[in-house]
Amino acid sequence: MLIISPQVTLQHAILKHPLKQIAGLLLFFLLSIPQASAETAQAVQKTDADMNFRLDKVVEQPTQRTDSNSTADHTKFEDLKVAFTSGPEVTKACLKCHTEAGHQFMKNIHWTWTYENKKTGQLLGKKHLVNTFCTNSRGNEGMCAQCHAGYGWKDETFDFNNENNIDCVVCHDRTGTYYKTPPTKGNKSCSVMFEGKQPIQWSKVAQSVGLPARENCGGCHFYGGGGDGVKHGDLDSSLIHPDKKLDVHMDEAGPNMACTNCHVTKKHIWTGSRYDVIAKDTEGTGKPGERRDVATCESCHSATPHPVSSLANIKLNNHVDRVACQTCHIPTIARGGVATKTDWDWRTAGKTKDGEGYKEKNYTQGNGEHRATYKSIKGSFEYGENLVPHYGWFDGQMIYTTIDTVFDPSSGPVDINRYTGSADDENSRIWPFKQMHTFQPYDKGYNTLVYMHLWGDDQDAYWGNYDFGNAIKAGMEKNNLPYSGEHGFVETYSYWPITHMVAPKEDALACDECHAKEGRLKDLEGFYLPGSDPGDGIGRWLDIIGLLAVAGTLLGVLGHGLIRFVFNKARKQS
Amino acid sequence: MTLRRIMLFTRFERFWHWTQMVLIMTLLFTGFGIHGFHNLLDFKTAVTLHTASALTLLLLWVFAIFWHLTTGTWRHYVPTTNGLLKVAKFYAFGIFKGERHPYRKAYWRKHNPLQALSYLALKLFLFPAIWISGLLYLLYSFWGGAASGEALMWVAIIHTAVAFAILIFVIIHIYLLTTGHSFKEHVMPMISGFDEVELSAEEEAYLEKDEPDHIQ
Repeated sequence: MLIISPQVTLQHAILKHPLKQIAGLLLFFLLSIPQASAETAQAVQKTDADMNFRLDKVVEQPTQRTDSNSTADHTKFEDLKVAFTSGPEVTKACLKCHTEAGHQFMKNIHWTWTYENKKTGQLLGKKHLVNTFCTNSRGNEGMCAQCHAGYGWKDETFDFNNENNIDCVVCHDRTGTYYKTPPTKGNKSCSVMFEGKQPIQWSKVAQSVGLPARENCGGCHFYGGGGDGVKHGDLDSSLIHPDKKLDVHMDEAGPNMACTNCHVTKKHIWTGSRYDVIAKDTEGTGKPGERRDVATCESCHSATPHPVSSLANIKLNNHVDRVACQTCHIPTIARGGVATKTDWDWRTAGKTKDGEGYKEKNYTQGNGEHRATYKSIKGSFEYGENLVPHYGWFDGQMIYTTIDTVFDPSSGPVDINRYTGSADDENSRIWPFKQMHTFQPYDKGYNTLVYMHLWGDDQDAYWGNYDFGNAIKAGMEKNNLPYSGEHGFVETYSYWPITHMVAPKEDALACDECHAKEGRLKDLEGFYLPGSDPGDGIGRWLDIIGLLAVAGTLLGVLGHGLIRFVFNKARKQS
Repeated sequence: MTLRRIMLFTRFERFWHWTQMVLIMTLLFTGFGIHGFHNLLDFKTAVTLHTASALTLLLLWVFAIFWHLTTGTWRHYVPTTNGLLKVAKFYAFGIFKGERHPYRKAYWRKHNPLQALSYLALKLFLFPAIWISGLLYLLYSFWGGAASGEALMWVAIIHTAVAFAILIFVIIHIYLLTTGHSFKEHVMPMISGFDEVELSAEEEAYLEKDEPDHIQ
């Protein structure tokens, strides 16, 4: 859409103004060239220079946050009319007025990258977890901490108690020009993708600050897992300027809502974390006044969200106790022209051409961009767009396979995170998830996941040296973890709750999508679903006996009628 | 005793019967659609029609029950064994030999014993079973946690099983309309209200004097 519409308008312009035809046509061709020559340009690039990665791509047109009611104009502050040369200098200036923001901020997950789940006792967060994508940020902070809301987290020496290390502008920049690069350069095969950037205009950025808009949050959250839309499926760069079809709330021409309109914030702590999901909100809108403690649909739309104007709507309101809003209102994910990764196979990583890593781009996504289907540094990938999610009973709790979890690789795929819940549990609802399938390295001797040393300008970093054995050994040693010395690949699944890309109501799922023989919920068990296949139990027997009884009755009356007919005839003849 | 054409099915009774007929046919059609036997209607339309028809039928039944009780017409359905065997024998054997139906309609006994027993069973067992299970089904969200697991399945199974039974009743009911002289002759009384009934002299005199419109 974004590519096509300027051309369409251009054509209109040409028709309207014949005098400008030549100039117009020239422009038209100029616009077409980058697309046409994409294939050729690709062949020339040996490296990851074109890696479509987060703030690598400056947002040309910042979105507008229309709901700000700030009483301050930051361009007028003397403290900001300074020729700043670094991030911490700006932060210092911010904290001069926002005196409490620093220590408040340092408690949140964007800073700590740690989440202790009090219900399961598991220690979660990016600092600790292994995922099914690049596997671990731990030990790779030199790369991964470009999404840490701070300055300079390269390794364990980073000072988490120095509030000047907080990066205020990554969230509050409203010029759209601020960007972050990895704290360290890494191997030359990777560092090239961060070269040749315009220097950041710190003062301009500092004076622009405002409430975070979609591109601020999206700068990291749209690119999780190593690229645009890779991780979540319902979060990608198409949500920077979305239309109504893609997201009814963020629709730029409509409500144009920002992330924090739902993920409401109190003292720099956000609501709505996937580490602690409220799978069923029975409180709804709460008492008069805005609820500030949750990001649930119900907190705005109430626990009876469908207007009681028809029998069907009353029935829909009767669904909310068992079916999450997202299940019907997000019919498919990755709808905005950006693909999401569905399969990742680390086993094929490490192939080189003339001693150098390479990539193959055999997937073209909806918006015309080509996506890598193979990268030497990562392996092989598959993508999906307009994906029907995976559905499951979810009580909001996830159980993670962490670095210290021992599993049995012979008993089938390992769930890196497993959602819990069931039809019998009244706090569970049917939720949509993006399911990710991966083959990833593990410790074959100890049957545990591993931390890999991926990033670094050294002999062990996988990215550049392509040796799993060394990379795992270094990654485990760095964290004082035991490694048997032998690695293998284990098949894993991960599940990402879906909650964004809410479609307009006319695009919500029709009843028959689930209430059908081959409906979307056919794999879910433990509850009765009208219209679905009765299975092999009593339901099947009822159908058989019932139909036989009806058929028997029909045959009975037909037989009775036939005998009457025959006897009548015989009687008449006699 | 004289055979006279009298008003046997009053206006409300005929309204009740035909409205009930339309609603039950709609319920059977939409219900088996919801159950998954056909896809002639989309699920939403089927559920909407099914619910609306069911609620209308429940309202109709409230009026019908009130009518039966206040007019005393409930007495037509009091079960009796008197002549039951004769009627059963007729349908099993006599009907093939061209015998005359053994039952004569009376002013206060318009159904034959087998018919009265069938209707009574329908009203006392099948209808309550379908509306109780149907209401439970419709209002499952008020059950709280109990709606999970197997309970709803059993409600649905009972509801569907009774629906099969009602369908069987409908098939036999329609078939029996063909067993008289003609289909039309059997249906007409439920349209015009008038049917031939053996009246006692007192009944005849009463009708002619007090309800001349009800006797032809």
